[in-house]
Amino acid sequence: MIERTPLLNLATHLILGFGLIVILAPIWLAFVAATLTLQEVNAAPVELWPGTHLWANLKEAWVLSDFGPKFVNSLIVAVGVVVGKITLACITAFSLVFFAYRGRALIFWMIFITLMLPLEVRIVPTYAVAANALSPFQALLDVTGMGWLINAVSGVQVSLQWNLLNSYTGLILPLVATATGTFLYRQFFLTIPDELVEAARMDGAGPLRFLWDVLIPLSKTNIAALATIMFVYAWNQYLWPLLVITDRATYGMVVVQLSDLVPDQMTTGGGTPTWHLAMAATLMVMVPPIAIVILMQRWFVRGLINTDK
Amino acid sequence: MAEISIRQVGKTYGKTTIMQGVDLEIHDGEFVVILGPSGCGKSTLLRLIAGLEEITAGEIAIAGEVVNNLEPRERGCAMVFQNYALYPHMTVSDNIGYALKVAGVPKAERMARIEATARSVGLVEFLDRKPGQLSGGQRQRVAMARAIIREPKVFLFDEPLSNLDAKLRVQMRHEIRRIHNAVGATSVFVTHDQNEGMTLADRLVIMNKGTIEQIGTPEEIYEHPASLYVAGFVGSPAMNILPGTVASSGLSVLLGDGQAVDIRSSFKARPGQLVQIGLRPEKLSITTKAHGLLAAKFQFFEELGSARIYHLEIEDIPVGVVSDLKLALTAGEEVGLAFPPSALHVFDGPSGRSLARAEAAGESRGTDASTTGLSMHGRLL
Ligand SMILES: Nc1ncnc2c1ncn2[C@@H]1O[C@H](COP(=O)(O)OP(=O)(O)O)[C@@H](O)[C@H]1O
Ligand SMILES: [Mg+2]
Repeated sequence: MIERTPLLNLATHLILGFGLIVILAPIWLAFVAATLTLQEVNAAPVELWPGTHLWANLKEAWVLSDFGPKFVNSLIVAVGVVVGKITLACITAFSLVFFAYRGRALIFWMIFITLMLPLEVRIVPTYAVAANALSPFQALLDVTGMGWLINAVSGVQVSLQWNLLNSYTGLILPLVATATGTFLYRQFFLTIPDELVEAARMDGAGPLRFLWDVLIPLSKTNIAALATIMFVYAWNQYLWPLLVITDRATYGMVVVQLSDLVPDQMTTGGGTPTWHLAMAATLMVMVPPIAIVILMQRWFVRGLINTDK
Repeated sequence: MAEISIRQVGKTYGKTTIMQGVDLEIHDGEFVVILGPSGCGKSTLLRLIAGLEEITAGEIAIAGEVVNNLEPRERGCAMVFQNYALYPHMTVSDNIGYALKVAGVPKAERMARIEATARSVGLVEFLDRKPGQLSGGQRQRVAMARAIIREPKVFLFDEPLSNLDAKLRVQMRHEIRRIHNAVGATSVFVTHDQNEGMTLADRLVIMNKGTIEQIGTPEEIYEHPASLYVAGFVGSPAMNILPGTVASSGLSVLLGDGQAVDIRSSFKARPGQLVQIGLRPEKLSITTKAHGLLAAKFQFFEELGSARIYHLEIEDIPVGVVSDLKLALTAGEEVGLAFPPSALHVFDGPSGRSLARAEAAGESRGTDASTTGLSMHGRLL
């Protein structure tokens, strides 16, 4: 319905403007703080207009946090999660939607249930697995008595060990193993008409060919959406990297580094809080996710215009 | 050579049987139309031939080879779908050539064949467009081209014209028949539109609830429907049906209002048998009450230009007559209906099966016995 009521238009624009201010104000304050000196940022009335120290603050925060290698780490993890997630989601949804096999419903529900168990909830068992990715198999050996049998026969003590702590794999895998992407893809695949699948079969395309030639090109916008969501999600991870990475010098991620800059009793030791550096670092950490959103947004829009319907 | 033999084929989904005991021999190069109302299993039969559904009973052979366990691509069939099923992200050219690409045909040859095929269906100037930028008729042509380019042994059409407007439908109908004649492949065409079926088919297969009701040329089906079901489905306007009882003499049928219709010259019937008599509107003519074989009351008429449909009633049962005579009749007027003996159909009341014509009638009906036999077979369900 199209309304032509100027008063209503004005009201909706006011609400929109208000919402925009609410969202932008904290970012503005962060930006302003990042441009001030230590004295200015701690002065009594909160400064609302930018100062002149932005560049100096950025440089100091960058060096202090050792952001160079940390940005590389974060990028590796985020890209790894995006690629892993899209691949996994695409293939599992493909299997769930286009193949009829025994236990399909069961598998679907098992994946569904993991939606209710985000990483934060199952962080302790996940850590245990990360500490030894083969521990479930070890448990299997122990329970079935296979370990004892092997020991008795060959004298070898089987102890499986694959440590994922302090590694990119350990950072990435648990973040990949979630159900959200699978669902997104499943919903999309369900909208593919049966006739299209059959047309491809008549044309002689096998399942993988169909996936590659038809499904993936058709799901470009889905890929863009999922990639954006997963990149931001992975980039913003804090708790998991904090836990799994003890060798912070080599494997630290920017968001964890950032938290070190945020002043508290421990870091300042009672000194003047360095909010200007924390905010400068925040600005830098925000850049990649924003860039991805802007970049991918053009894809969404193009995908929306080119709906081949 | 690509004849299709369908032998005792059935299809069940879980516990529900939707098709049973289907027998059909399709000759090489023949155009067979499968006709029936929505939900009677036409598409299922087509998909069983194509290999898109698993055959759960019986067997299907194409060109002498049983294909029950072959993948669609190994059966040499091409299919045109109701909603075209074009790949939305590919250009017309890529759509047409996809099967060749999958088959690994080198690009140069592929492009040449795409070009030639597109030319034969009038699509050359649209090769770089996406399906979304084409009209319904053009999409239909792309779907046809995609089937033609593979040079299949068998063409399968699943209601390919039902999404087009009336004029385009007739045009594409001619196009399909032209392509069939040019290519010479065996064609199986599914539709619920009896007009389409009658005009396109070398032979018609009438389906009813997962079984075959009758097989025959359009003329045979029209002239000698094996059952009430076929009679009612084929022909427009529909055949007039009047219930009655065979008189004790066995020589006439008494209608509800006491009128007697002479069936002596055509049929053998048991006295007292409940029957339905069928008369095609095109075979009836209106005369004076005294000259008619049946008395009827005129109601109104529809002008078609070339002819008129007169609507009459025989004891509250509507009866249509198609005639090119311009008669001046008033509503409620009593008139007589005349028809040649050969126009009379008599069906058994409870089963709806056509009564066997007496040999004395002396009409040519070479295939009559076989079609009736098949239809009886089909109704064993
Ligand atoms: N996958 C299926 N599972 C169960 N029943 C089905 C399935 N596909 C089709 N049917 C049933 O089979 C019958 C015939 O369907 P179909 O061949 O599509 O009919 P038509 O093409 O003549 O309209 C219908 O009653 C339909 O409900
Ligand atoms: Mg159908």
